[in-house]
Amino acid sequence: MAGKNELTFVKGNEAIAMGALDAGCLCFFGYPITPQNDIPEYMSKAIYEVGGEFVQAESEVAAANMLLGAGACGVRAMTSSSSPGMSLKQEAISYMAGSDIPAVIVNVSRGGPGLGDIGPSQGDYFQSTRGGGHGDYRLLVLAPSSAQEAYDMTHKAFDLAFAYRSPVLILGDAIVGQMKEPIRRRQGTTAASNEGAQWRLEGTAAGLKPGKKPREHRILKSLFLSDGELAGQNQKLQAKYEAWKDLVEFETFEVKDAELVVVAFGSIGRIAKNAVRALRKKGKKVGLFRPKTLYPFPEKALAKLAKEGKRFLTIEHNLGQMVEDVRLSVRKHADSELFCVYPGNMPSPDDFEAPILRALGRK
Amino acid sequence: MAKAKSAAKAAPAPKAGAPKAAVKKTAAKKTAASKVAPAPKKTVAKAAENEELVFTRPAALADRATHYCPGCHHGIAHRMVAELLDEMDLAGRTVAASAIGCSVFLYNYIKVDTVESPHGRAPAVATGIKRARGDKFVFTYQGDGDLASIGMAEIMHAANRGERITVVFVNNTVYGMTGGQMAPTTLIGQKTTTCPGGRCKDREGAPIRMAEIIAQLGGTAFCARGSLDSVKNIRQAKKYMRQAFEAQTKGLGFGFVELLSGCPTNWRLSPVAANKRITDEMIPYFPLGVYKELEGDATCGSLIAPGTAAGGAGEGK
Repeated sequence: MAGKNELTFVKGNEAIAMGALDAGCLCFFGYPITPQNDIPEYMSKAIYEVGGEFVQAESEVAAANMLLGAGACGVRAMTSSSSPGMSLKQEAISYMAGSDIPAVIVNVSRGGPGLGDIGPSQGDYFQSTRGGGHGDYRLLVLAPSSAQEAYDMTHKAFDLAFAYRSPVLILGDAIVGQMKEPIRRRQGTTAASNEGAQWRLEGTAAGLKPGKKPREHRILKSLFLSDGELAGQNQKLQAKYEAWKDLVEFETFEVKDAELVVVAFGSIGRIAKNAVRALRKKGKKVGLFRPKTLYPFPEKALAKLAKEGKRFLTIEHNLGQMVEDVRLSVRKHADSELFCVYPGNMPSPDDFEAPILRALGRK
Repeated sequence: MAKAKSAAKAAPAPKAGAPKAAVKKTAAKKTAASKVAPAPKKTVAKAAENEELVFTRPAALADRATHYCPGCHHGIAHRMVAELLDEMDLAGRTVAASAIGCSVFLYNYIKVDTVESPHGRAPAVATGIKRARGDKFVFTYQGDGDLASIGMAEIMHAANRGERITVVFVNNTVYGMTGGQMAPTTLIGQKTTTCPGGRCKDREGAPIRMAEIIAQLGGTAFCARGSLDSVKNIRQAKKYMRQAFEAQTKGLGFGFVELLSGCPTNWRLSPVAANKRITDEMIPYFPLGVYKELEGDATCGSLIAPGTAAGGAGEGK
């Protein structure tokens, strides 16, 4: 392992695994699916070196439910998958959200619908930001655009999951997962030994000397049948999601005097940044806005830019999903154009210059 | 490698083909009303000076009325679990995974830390609990709709991995909570709300025998089928359940106990007639007995590097 401040040359997928381990992740539940296989493969050895446990589950359904069980014990745990597998995990994710159980879930997404392909795609934006499973819930969604961000965001995801007792989702794609880049690892875990001590399941006599009266038993559940009980739980969840609005994160590049702001996330945000940089060299007044948290969405920051009179172009590796959030954010003063890269195609910065110039030219 | 007693210890294998009769509606009308059990004491009772207390509520069982129907066997199964948690001094370090169905409210009656599992997933949830906290006693409590249908993958693989967990499987041949639909265990000819003409083998398949299946899997340390239709069988079933608990506490492997149970409401039978149906129709198809038992201190498997000896990730950390 690299020492302090040393750089490690790894795939984005490995960076995610390292971020989890450095954050104190002690349980990993995996299932093979391309393009995320480096994560379970790395974990199947490395997690034992920190005294943890690895299970290759019988299905993504089972892996997510194992995550539910470990999270209920207040232990830092993670699962990873890719788009078709994420559909299967939604059942347990809904239960975890409804039962206030913390967990970290990674989606190294690929093209869809159906079996799609194994290349990059951002087609899971709706699934990720609207909850994904049944019921009124949301996930905290972090979208890395580099291996370093994949590492940092995974590390941070555990702190957030436990701070808010909620599943947290890392939404990457095949580009972020498979690309090899240098990263810098942090020293020391942020996990506290008494993490979740107020609610975790550990037996009614845990921490008691023999003979002492056990505490009341704890129940983690999402079934609320009494009159008004479920409404109360949903109200609590909504209050939690409201509090997340302070956690919003985004990157801006050359937006100050920009007439047109390109909005893009993840690997597409990074490619779009190169296109913006190239156009700036040609004297074009364009900038980039890259949401790093997809939920909560940086709506206030975008609204502010709209108020300043800027125009918007959303670029996505799907058929137009995030553009709905961009349009909602800027609706009082502006609209957003849309440029779609169809899943199955691999974009380069050159591909974005023409649509950006077209949008800039339209007034 | 561990030596397992074969299923020879079990009751004789059932004859091929369907059991004789489906549920007879007439039975319900003719049977006398079930005897009412004496009202349970409100608290764990104390004996008066000149009296000896011989029977009371287990400490692990909550002091409240259940939502179960008259004649339902969940109450007996719950009590059995609670008695063993007390007798084996496990309640204080137990984490349970409840299932979907009538027993979803297990946590209202058995006073141990419990997490609710999605339908059929309790063995996966229990796997997560045990891997996170290897020092805890972990059990699931599942019905036949939950375990033998939607949860088939989870139960098979948890058993096959030899997870150090215990599964209590209550088989009453119907989906009870949802109103008596056909279950994978519904007997041939048995009428339910979704096989109103009676289950037909050619159309719906044959009833699944879970204890026999689980016994075949490498990680299973103990597997038995008992019945709750008579005092004699209840006493035997509790012995099986103890062995299924011990498979975990001794670190041998996966423990499984199936309990043939009555559902008078959805069988449209009186409690007494329901008991008789278990005796006459269920037991011949689902033979009672031990289907697998590891001998001595053998375990169902040893872990190789880089694994750890089922210590669990969170233990002592």
